[in-house]
Amino acid sequence: MMTATPTEMMTIAAARLLTNQDVCFVGIGAPSAACNLARLTHAPKITLIYESGTLSTRPSVLPLSIGDGELCDTALTTVAVPEMFRYWLQGGRITIGFLGGAQIDRFANLNTTVVGPYDAPKVRLPGGGGAPEIASNCGQIFITMAMGTRAFVDRLPFITSFGHGKGKGDRAALGLKTKGPTKVMTDLCVLEPDPQTAELTVVSLHPGVTREQVQAGCGWPLRFAPDVAETPAATEQELSVLRDLHIRTKQAHGVAA
Amino acid sequence: MAEFVSLSQGIEAVLSDGCSVAMEGFTHLIPHAAGHETIRQGKRRLTLIRMTPDLIYDQLIGTGCAEKLIFSWGGNPGVGSLHRFRDAVENGWPHRLEIEEHSHAAMANAYEAGAANLPFAVFRGYKGVDLPSVNPQIRSVTCPYTGEVLATVPAIRPDAAIIHALKADREGNVLLEGIVGVQKEAVLAAKRSLVTVEEIVDDFGPRNANAVILPSWAVTTIARVPGGAYPSYAHGYYKRANDFYIAWDKIARERETFLAWIKENVLEKGPDAFARHAQPQREAA
Repeated sequence: MMTATPTEMMTIAAARLLTNQDVCFVGIGAPSAACNLARLTHAPKITLIYESGTLSTRPSVLPLSIGDGELCDTALTTVAVPEMFRYWLQGGRITIGFLGGAQIDRFANLNTTVVGPYDAPKVRLPGGGGAPEIASNCGQIFITMAMGTRAFVDRLPFITSFGHGKGKGDRAALGLKTKGPTKVMTDLCVLEPDPQTAELTVVSLHPGVTREQVQAGCGWPLRFAPDVAETPAATEQELSVLRDLHIRTKQAHGVAA
Repeated sequence: MAEFVSLSQGIEAVLSDGCSVAMEGFTHLIPHAAGHETIRQGKRRLTLIRMTPDLIYDQLIGTGCAEKLIFSWGGNPGVGSLHRFRDAVENGWPHRLEIEEHSHAAMANAYEAGAANLPFAVFRGYKGVDLPSVNPQIRSVTCPYTGEVLATVPAIRPDAAIIHALKADREGNVLLEGIVGVQKEAVLAAKRSLVTVEEIVDDFGPRNANAVILPSWAVTTIARVPGGAYPSYAHGYYKRANDFYIAWDKIARERETFLAWIKENVLEKGPDAFARHAQPQREAA
């Protein structure tokens, strides 16, 4: 019996949320692995879109970057970047945006810009890229992030993409009609915004993970749902397809994407 | 009509100290050879514009060519940080770098506005985020029809655009295929342009469905530089050298290894060094 690593469990938990009806704006890393795992298992007709302009792409290996030739070669079509952001994202044609980040807070706001003051940063991160508008224009947002107290922080130094602000109702107050973050998949658990407050709440623990472990990886006092479930263990099929994908990717790129 | 020139003539023609330049490319067709020539010519106080500044902008920043960076995502794609960019922002080495930071949607729209000869771009964005508080160029406008408040950014109108493309024909028309990014918009938004190409042909022949043509009269100069996008890729010519992107992380991490690499691979070399990358690379076994 194969057992998933925590990172594999995060990817598999994310992949299970996706369906054939979804049109996904895919980021590099765990989101890309999750979306392609879904496509190679239970959701073969899922539509995957990368911000480089590739529509309905079906890569056989994971891209190292969002603009790899593999994405273009296997896409239904490839459009220019301004069209990608104007017609397809802002046009409201993407059902799910997949984001990660360096830091997240309890209302699923994300920081990928800077740690420390903006003008004198301790760490300068790459910046927002597509994320600010992905977060506001996709139907809903799934987030994948490994837990740790440097990533799950009580207070963000900078909001790169807007989740639920300071609580329920903040999105609507800004005129946003999309749902925002609805699921956060980590290496230890799954969190969802509380229906009343929008604060992230643990709804499911991965097999063998305790509440104490999850709290230890989070910089604020975590809330747990009244009935916390156990994430179903990874199946042999999920694991073997994911591992094969990573092996093919490593062979193609010399590195696992 | 576009003029055919050597790479060094092209850089001299379109760049001068203190000007703004967009060397665009969205992962594909990044004008590395032109960037190296810019470093060799010792251009200074440039305002560098690009959605996704990556290795070549890391090199331009680290060698002191840049005064300001206008960008939306500055990293080594799939690998991590740009260490020379970080050193400039965090420590002011080799000197302070002014930054004007946007989102991808903002920059894509701003290039389109520049190409369309409009003063600014309007779009639905920047909702609830902190970028507008650190970038005074991000403002808003109220829709005169619906009352909706929308984000605005100034059009991008660079002094120069530099891109790499697949082919030029002998009339000076330019062809790009595959992931076409914002290159067309950057060239049309700029006052003058340099396009480096893999080859010059009599006729483009059959084209891909998403082929982008820049007519000769919309381009200033063209230089043939085979392999000029390496280590990025040229669709149908050669693949992306992912191993170099990974290697760059180590080269750029320390100032000394970076400067030694620049000396050996940029200052002591010419554009011919790129030609060996133009050979189609064999698939990994």
